[in-house]
Amino acid sequence: MWSPFSTPAGMNRRHFMSHMAGASALLGSSLSLGHSLRLHADTLKKNHKSCVLLWMGGGPSSMDIWDLKPGTDNGGPFKAISTSGDMQICEHMPLMAQQMHHMSIVRSMSTREADHNRGRYYMHTGYVPDANVDYPSYGAVLAHELMSQRSSLEIPPFVSVGGASEGPGFLGMAWAPFNVSSNGRIRNMEMKIDNERLIQRRIALETIENAFIAQKRGSVLEDHRKVLGKTFDVLTSAQMEAFNVEKEPEAAKERYGKNGFGQGCLLARRLVEAGVPFVEVDLGGWDNHQGIFRTLENDRLPVLDKAMSALVEDLAQRELLEDTAIVWMGEFARTPRINADAGRDHWARAWSVVVGGAGIKGGQAIGATNEDGTEVVGEPYSSEDLMASVCHALGVSLETQFTSKNGRPMKIANSGKIIKGLFG
Amino acid sequence: MQLSTILVVFRWISEASTVRVSYFRRVAIMFLNSQKNLIGIGLLFCSLVSIAVAPVQGQEDGAQKPAARKDAKKGNLPPQVEKIDLSMTGVWSEYQLKPSPVEDDIKWCRRVFLDVIGRIPSYEEFTEFAKDKSADKRFALVSRLLNDDRYTEEYAMHWSTIWTNTLIGRNGGMEDRSLTSRAGMQKYLRDCFARNKPYNDMVLELVTAQGTTKPGVEGFNGATNFLAMKVNEEDGTQATAAVSRIFLGLQVQCTQCHNHPFNKWKQQTFWEFNAFFRQTRALRKYVSGTRDIDHAELVNEDFAGEGNRPSQAEIYYQLRNGLTKVAYPVFIDGTEIGKSGYVSEVNRREELGKLIMQSPFLDKTIVNRMWAHFLGYGFTKPIDDLGPHNPTTQAELFDELANDFRNSSYDLKQLIVWITMSQPYQLSSRITKDNSADEPSLGESPKFTHFYSRQMSAEQLYQSLSVATQANRKGSLEEQQRRREDWMRQFIIAFGTDEGDETTTFNGSIPQGLMLFNGELIREAISLEPGSWLHSLAQNKGTPTDKVQYLFIAGLGRRPRNEELTVAQQILVARKNDVGGMLQDMWWAILNSNEFIFNH
Repeated sequence: MWSPFSTPAGMNRRHFMSHMAGASALLGSSLSLGHSLRLHADTLKKNHKSCVLLWMGGGPSSMDIWDLKPGTDNGGPFKAISTSGDMQICEHMPLMAQQMHHMSIVRSMSTREADHNRGRYYMHTGYVPDANVDYPSYGAVLAHELMSQRSSLEIPPFVSVGGASEGPGFLGMAWAPFNVSSNGRIRNMEMKIDNERLIQRRIALETIENAFIAQKRGSVLEDHRKVLGKTFDVLTSAQMEAFNVEKEPEAAKERYGKNGFGQGCLLARRLVEAGVPFVEVDLGGWDNHQGIFRTLENDRLPVLDKAMSALVEDLAQRELLEDTAIVWMGEFARTPRINADAGRDHWARAWSVVVGGAGIKGGQAIGATNEDGTEVVGEPYSSEDLMASVCHALGVSLETQFTSKNGRPMKIANSGKIIKGLFG
Repeated sequence: MQLSTILVVFRWISEASTVRVSYFRRVAIMFLNSQKNLIGIGLLFCSLVSIAVAPVQGQEDGAQKPAARKDAKKGNLPPQVEKIDLSMTGVWSEYQLKPSPVEDDIKWCRRVFLDVIGRIPSYEEFTEFAKDKSADKRFALVSRLLNDDRYTEEYAMHWSTIWTNTLIGRNGGMEDRSLTSRAGMQKYLRDCFARNKPYNDMVLELVTAQGTTKPGVEGFNGATNFLAMKVNEEDGTQATAAVSRIFLGLQVQCTQCHNHPFNKWKQQTFWEFNAFFRQTRALRKYVSGTRDIDHAELVNEDFAGEGNRPSQAEIYYQLRNGLTKVAYPVFIDGTEIGKSGYVSEVNRREELGKLIMQSPFLDKTIVNRMWAHFLGYGFTKPIDDLGPHNPTTQAELFDELANDFRNSSYDLKQLIVWITMSQPYQLSSRITKDNSADEPSLGESPKFTHFYSRQMSAEQLYQSLSVATQANRKGSLEEQQRRREDWMRQFIIAFGTDEGDETTTFNGSIPQGLMLFNGELIREAISLEPGSWLHSLAQNKGTPTDKVQYLFIAGLGRRPRNEELTVAQQILVARKNDVGGMLQDMWWAILNSNEFIFNH
């Protein structure tokens, strides 16, 4: 009889891990082997829905990028240029201008959270911070909902590239973002012991782990076991090759831009191809209280333009865009009035986000702001509405309810309404 | 007598009955005391195993009866302990909850070490506590951790770490062109905690500090590092937000731009508070001949005001409707100070310091912070938001403790005694059917009917491994702290805002899991290199089983269960009787377990 304590030589790690399901029964321990018996990445179904969130940490000045007011007091120095869609955008986004037929701008976002932490939380969850309930973020919610289509996925379903994202809230640590740096390198992946020994260690570990869980000392201990299982998956899965962004041809790296965000977007494309349902890529540095126009023109916008346009075009060329939603947003935007330091401060009352893919109608500007950019004209949209629209695009029913651990039912996206005009 | 025979007999005795256990323990101690010099390290080791094993046995998964608690109370406990207990009993009966039993001594010992000095007990400390038979041993242990010279440095380092993270964040001092000296901040705080400086004095010094930031530079005052990066940019709004939040429990940062419906603070209050910081500047001091920042000097300068009238130095801010308003320094309770911007006439930060000293929010904020540190949740959530919009649990107890703390000369060690000796801190983390409704992570207010299991911080893990494996102990404490800081950096993720917000991936997620599987720290902890701890253990006399027991006690404060010994035995066979290899695998498993990484 096969035993984990005597293994035939020459077995590879995956083969070995797959034997473990039997081994655990022999030992009477309840090993949770994750998905290791399941199929490889190359057999994944191709019509999976995914979402890529381009998170602009700090609060990007959307009126200098997507909703320009040239010639007004608040307008700043940038000119508007025509695009392949039915709208104009900033002259320093020339590559994106050629992709706008895929994307739509929602120019009538109006929110109330103008503090970084509160705004980040609100835009990620659809809920304002609440002392009593810890709400799950976009990535956790969508990973949770879309995982059922992904029985063979071994990569963590919620990957955050180059940034922290927001946590899983009441869904528990098993749905937490898997944080990686933008070069795709993951620390501490080299175990340097043979498979056999890894299994034996795992058995010893699970023996201690399970007995402690049985003592009922809180649900956090159960969460710990789930994360252990996922950690073993990460360590042993061949699918993790998707993170090897170094393997991309030089031309692709150049196309996305050889910087953190560019390579992060390239990595996001690889992860979407591998079937990961939610990838967040972080570009910070938008908190431009001083010297905003110089920073945007010379630094932030070229980086954004190159990477975002490459991602949209690349996904479209690979016929993945029809199943992949792309969302561009930050925690809020910036004051229309230019301050004494030639900067803009925090402003949540009227601003823009950009969405596209996954059946969202591209090429349009939805909603508008008034002439000086301070107020939304017409119907305002919230974080909840945006989240509802993204869920809808991904085929996640807006009737989906979560039951937080205290038994309170909560509708997905906080009962937000679909933004009119985004769908045909 | 052969060692192995002794051990077999000892184990037989220890497994037989509690009467024999205590008899055995006395014999063993005598044996140890008289023989250790003669018989040598091997025997010492084996004896310690036996001694420790005995008291741990029989209570491993269980908990003591409440009777043990009464005995413990015979010590000279301060009246606040009873005050807390009475209030808790009231809460429990009100909600018809029954508290979990008192946690067994060994688990409690691990808990109090982690919370008071930031690491698990060493093998020797476990055994020292286990063999103490006195009724007030818990109180004695807390007193020892707080007052015994051998713990002073660790106590100071633990609390200086916590406060450094609170005051300047995990990333403070590591930003590009930072004005903060993290080492300077830590040095100041270590001194405070080593000398048990009254909390109010510490706050006053942090708020009013002047001088240079970097140790060794003329005019060094480490307290300046708290504000060094918070006063120059954006008119000192970060100093405003940090001082009010950290020391007064008032969240004002979002009232900077406009009034909030849920916050009593208005925009005016924010800017009036902000006006206290407008004389303060952090001057950059360069490495000579370069533009590299060497350190900073925090100074008070005359402030002309935004209207350029130093004698009436006002500031302006804008309402959302575009109207400009004027603000002068006014404290949160409405107390005004002189409007002059001349430091010689009105030193605004000194005045602010005095006003903070009188504020009851000062007392409540620290009591809440310490309560949450030990019991997992505060009287409010989050702990640094005491505004009227935020509900408070057990308001009466909270007020009384805050008041008592003021009347105890802001002695933090006293406060630690009150909390660690109180009933809720004695309770088991096991949830019973009579208190399973008490689960604050579900959004309920905490009732403290059981200890809430929580993960160690990265710092606690690091220090615990240092003690358990004698790793990373080279150099002075300061050098150790610096090495730990380097190691900590891998977990920090910045949010890309001007305010330097950050978070940590040492939060129970997969990257943390990978680090504990494979990270350098763990590799070092399980190293079998000659001279390493595990190597010595493998080379020592004693059976493999004894050595596995040693590992379980060192890491988890308990003996291994039968099924754990069985796995160890199987691994030993698989390792072809390589004891070192087997110990390595078992120690790896222990360090990666929930039982190790959680404080419970």
